[in-house]
Amino acid sequence: MTEQTALSPQTTGVAAQVRGLTKVYGSGQAEVRALDGVTLDFHERQFTAVMGPSGSGKSTLMHCCAALDRATDGTVVVGGTDLASLKDKQLTRLRRDRIGFVFQSFNLVPTLTARENILLPMSIAGRKPDQEWYDLVIDTVGLADRLDHRPNELSGGQQQRVAVARALVSRPSIVFADEPTGNLDSRSGAEVLSLLKRSVDEFGQTVVMVTHDPVAAGYTDRVVFLADGKVVDELRQPTAESVLERMTMFAAPAANEG
Amino acid sequence: MLRVTWRNLVARKVRLLLSAFAIVLGVAFVAGSLIFTGAMGGAFDDIIEGSTADVEIAYEGANTFESQEDARVMPASVADELEQLPEVGSVHPTTNLMSVFVIGEDDKVVGGNGAPGLGFNPTDATAITGKKIITVAEGELPDGPDEVALDEDTAEKAGYEVGDTVPLVTPGSPPTMEAELTGIVQFGAGGLNGATLTLMDLEFMQDRFFGGEDVYNAISLNAAEGVSQQELADAVQPLLPEGVVAKTGDESVEENQATIDEVMGFLNTFLLVFAAVSLVVGTFLIINTFSILVAQRSRELALLRALGASRRQVNRSVLLEAVGVGIIGSTLGLVGGYLLALGLKALFGTFGLDLAGAEFPVTWTTIVVSYAVGILVTVVAAYLPARRAARVAPVQALRDDVAMPEASLRVRMLVGALLVAVGAASIAAGLLELGGEVLLLLGGGALAVLIGAALLSPLVGRPVVRAFGVLFRPFGTVGQLATENSLRNPRRTAATASALMIGLALMAMMSILGSSASASTDKAIEESLTSEYIVSNAVGQPFSPDIARQIAELDSVDTVASLRYANPELEGGGSAWMGAVDPTAFASVMRVPMEAGSLAELTRDKALVSSQVAEDRDLGIGDTVTLKFQGGDVDVQIAGITDAGASLPVEWVVTQETLEKGGLKPLDSMVFVTKAEGATTAELREGVDAITESLPTVTLKDPQEFADEQKGQINQFLYLIYGLLALSVLIALLGVVNTLALSVIERTREVGLLRAIGVSRTQLRTMIRLESMVIAVFGALLGVLIGVVFGVSLISTLEDEGLTELVVPWAALVAFVVGAAVLGVLAAVFPARRAARLDVLRAITAE
Repeated sequence: MTEQTALSPQTTGVAAQVRGLTKVYGSGQAEVRALDGVTLDFHERQFTAVMGPSGSGKSTLMHCCAALDRATDGTVVVGGTDLASLKDKQLTRLRRDRIGFVFQSFNLVPTLTARENILLPMSIAGRKPDQEWYDLVIDTVGLADRLDHRPNELSGGQQQRVAVARALVSRPSIVFADEPTGNLDSRSGAEVLSLLKRSVDEFGQTVVMVTHDPVAAGYTDRVVFLADGKVVDELRQPTAESVLERMTMFAAPAANEG
Repeated sequence: MLRVTWRNLVARKVRLLLSAFAIVLGVAFVAGSLIFTGAMGGAFDDIIEGSTADVEIAYEGANTFESQEDARVMPASVADELEQLPEVGSVHPTTNLMSVFVIGEDDKVVGGNGAPGLGFNPTDATAITGKKIITVAEGELPDGPDEVALDEDTAEKAGYEVGDTVPLVTPGSPPTMEAELTGIVQFGAGGLNGATLTLMDLEFMQDRFFGGEDVYNAISLNAAEGVSQQELADAVQPLLPEGVVAKTGDESVEENQATIDEVMGFLNTFLLVFAAVSLVVGTFLIINTFSILVAQRSRELALLRALGASRRQVNRSVLLEAVGVGIIGSTLGLVGGYLLALGLKALFGTFGLDLAGAEFPVTWTTIVVSYAVGILVTVVAAYLPARRAARVAPVQALRDDVAMPEASLRVRMLVGALLVAVGAASIAAGLLELGGEVLLLLGGGALAVLIGAALLSPLVGRPVVRAFGVLFRPFGTVGQLATENSLRNPRRTAATASALMIGLALMAMMSILGSSASASTDKAIEESLTSEYIVSNAVGQPFSPDIARQIAELDSVDTVASLRYANPELEGGGSAWMGAVDPTAFASVMRVPMEAGSLAELTRDKALVSSQVAEDRDLGIGDTVTLKFQGGDVDVQIAGITDAGASLPVEWVVTQETLEKGGLKPLDSMVFVTKAEGATTAELREGVDAITESLPTVTLKDPQEFADEQKGQINQFLYLIYGLLALSVLIALLGVVNTLALSVIERTREVGLLRAIGVSRTQLRTMIRLESMVIAVFGALLGVLIGVVFGVSLISTLEDEGLTELVVPWAALVAFVVGAAVLGVLAAVFPARRAARLDVLRAITAE
């Protein structure tokens, strides 16, 4: 938890390291502390869920970790790189090469086919995918026969699976998923969550998922609870029931917040 | 609903301004044309009124704004008789000339770019405005030989002060003279619109230019106390020689104003044609912009419908928004128009029409027309998108992605094909002169073809854009994304490109016309001209025949033949583009292939006509035609018909006596010179140069130089047209900016996604630039293609008019397309920057 550990690139077993992360929006009266000194490790080969009520800072945490937003204070180290030291160009490259994304919706470029979407980050970088890995990913998402379809010809669940495949295909250090099942029915949601879980369990990927769905959290190895921009609790090997139980504990303060 | 409309207008200021821009430019063009021609007309009105006395006496047809230099004079005794009449207050006889040019300190002719060089004696007459026609500003009036006074502008431009020696070029013999500047005067209301005024003593002028006889060409009268213009005119008329008319000042002003109005009307129409082109392009742009805006707001519109707004209300809301855009666009357009008028003033100033003193009033007509045009065009253009907006089903408010109902492409294709067919037929009818108003057929046909092509363009768009995909391969994924984006909404791409197509089609057509005209000129000169040299004035101003006489005296010269232009009216309407020559001399300087008769048969009171004229007017050898010169009618008999291949600069050829009979003063427009046997070219050149040296208006050219000079004129005209069409291209480019900017807004989330997964800002900018290039080049290609078709068909029907050569200037056409690509990249600057600057986070989460 010291400055030294935070900056140490040799840290093993940790895909993303968060130290004293603070994010403040606005100033003076309008000041909002979205994150207030969050310190946290996302371990390699782990499926982590970040939960918390609306306004708890869980999305902000993900955005800062995923190099989409800059922290006001504190450090984030992803795959040994301190994000604070990077310029926009380098951050872009980091996102392209080291981070995978799955958003709640609108994950795919509508003009490109599923295959093209999956390969997009690599082709932007001008690289070819590792064929074996690519085949494995395609095989796992189970969309081999739909690869030449455009997003509007795919169901919501299929689209999200394509998005997962895209996130995985460049073998990123870490995959961030922001409410990936938020727009899906429960069956499609389950497919996507299993896919994420398999990528961790079978392929050794690291996935961080922001969600407020206890069922989704039940798929993960670890749940981190956030409230008022702080880490308030943590749960290992969660189940939907145990998550729900914890959530009710935080429900009261969240309601006061308005 | 009104509030919703208003909020929409305010909330989308940038989009609003972008779509209003098309209207701004179109209206600016209309307003600018009206203001400019108004100002010009006003400036001429001031001159006319400031220089007209109570009664003006001159030979019929002479001494007006449209007269050529007139040779008829009346004896001084006329003036003496008039003095005796009780109705007459004062008599002011004048001798006037129209080609007296001042050579400035820089050895260049002042003005001299087509504007007349007025020369007359000082007059003490009072104009109908109550001011003296001439007032001395400095020094005194000339009252002896070799003295002159100049108007203020001319003196200033020439750089002379009272006491200086002023070199002049006159129609007298010898043509050049030097005189002392005794004074500087003010003419009428002040300005002369670029013409120059030289005052010389009456007797001196009579000596030098009127054979020393005591004669005048005109007399101005001021009425005695209490005598009206009409009474005065009626009183003097009986005392005048035959052919001489006394006109009241009002009548004379009216006549001259009518002449000016005719010219202004032509200029106005000319400018308004380009304004119309701009407005058509602007209409395309607005249709497109509103379609995009409506598409983007479809959810909001559906919500309004769900909340109970009727179709009508939605429709009206969109149309009201259009009215708002129209009002704002027209207002800015009016301001722009005023600036444009000032720009035109500067432009015409470089051509010698100096409007420095003119006022530029914005009349109510201009304001009303501007607003009417601006609002009407916007509303008409927004009608289709508004109707589509009203068709949004309320249930769509609940859906995630709303697709606008779109009319089937098939209907569009059918309408497009029909328009192209009808337009082509109309053009064909116009070109073959099958009847009807030719210009209307051609213009309407061209418009129909262009709109039809615009409707058809989405069909052609797909393969063309695909071809771009291949070209964009080196750009990798970014190139692919750009291609796919352009294909995403083929209508939008096509509509945006079509706007550019219009301007480029016209430019391509004009370039073919220009290069064909140049090539035809070359060929004509090469084939027909047998003289070694031509002496002429670049702008066609006539000059003293003394030059030809002097050249003929050179030892190195064999033959000298002069050509004099005239433009008499013809019996049965129209006028003749006529050249008068000495047939024998002319035969030795120019080859004139004949269809019938021969040049040798051209004698006194005979005429040659071109085969085209013969056909149009149904003339044959032996027929008699009455030519209505300003000095009277002259009957000529047709002695020959020149071949269509004859490259004469005129359609009618007569002898020079015919012009003199018509009352025109002998002035040469062109002098052809052939070398004497044994003389060297250098000798001849030296000799002629010595004669023309002191005459900056007139230059010696060999056929090649002459051709170049002619082509220079063609090119100058071409550049003027390009310049005017450039405005429509500019509007179309704004359309590209608009479409791209709106697309970027529409695709905010996609842009965010791309950025999130690692597309760099540079790559994003490249993507938008490539998209812009696709649109621009697509439009340019379509335009050039249509322009080539227009141009080639136009030239092929103008063969009889002397456009014998068809030249397609491929290099220029390629340059147009490449230029369009470059402009496309420029058009992308703003949208690309906007896209690149989008905050990734906000973009992803944007609704």
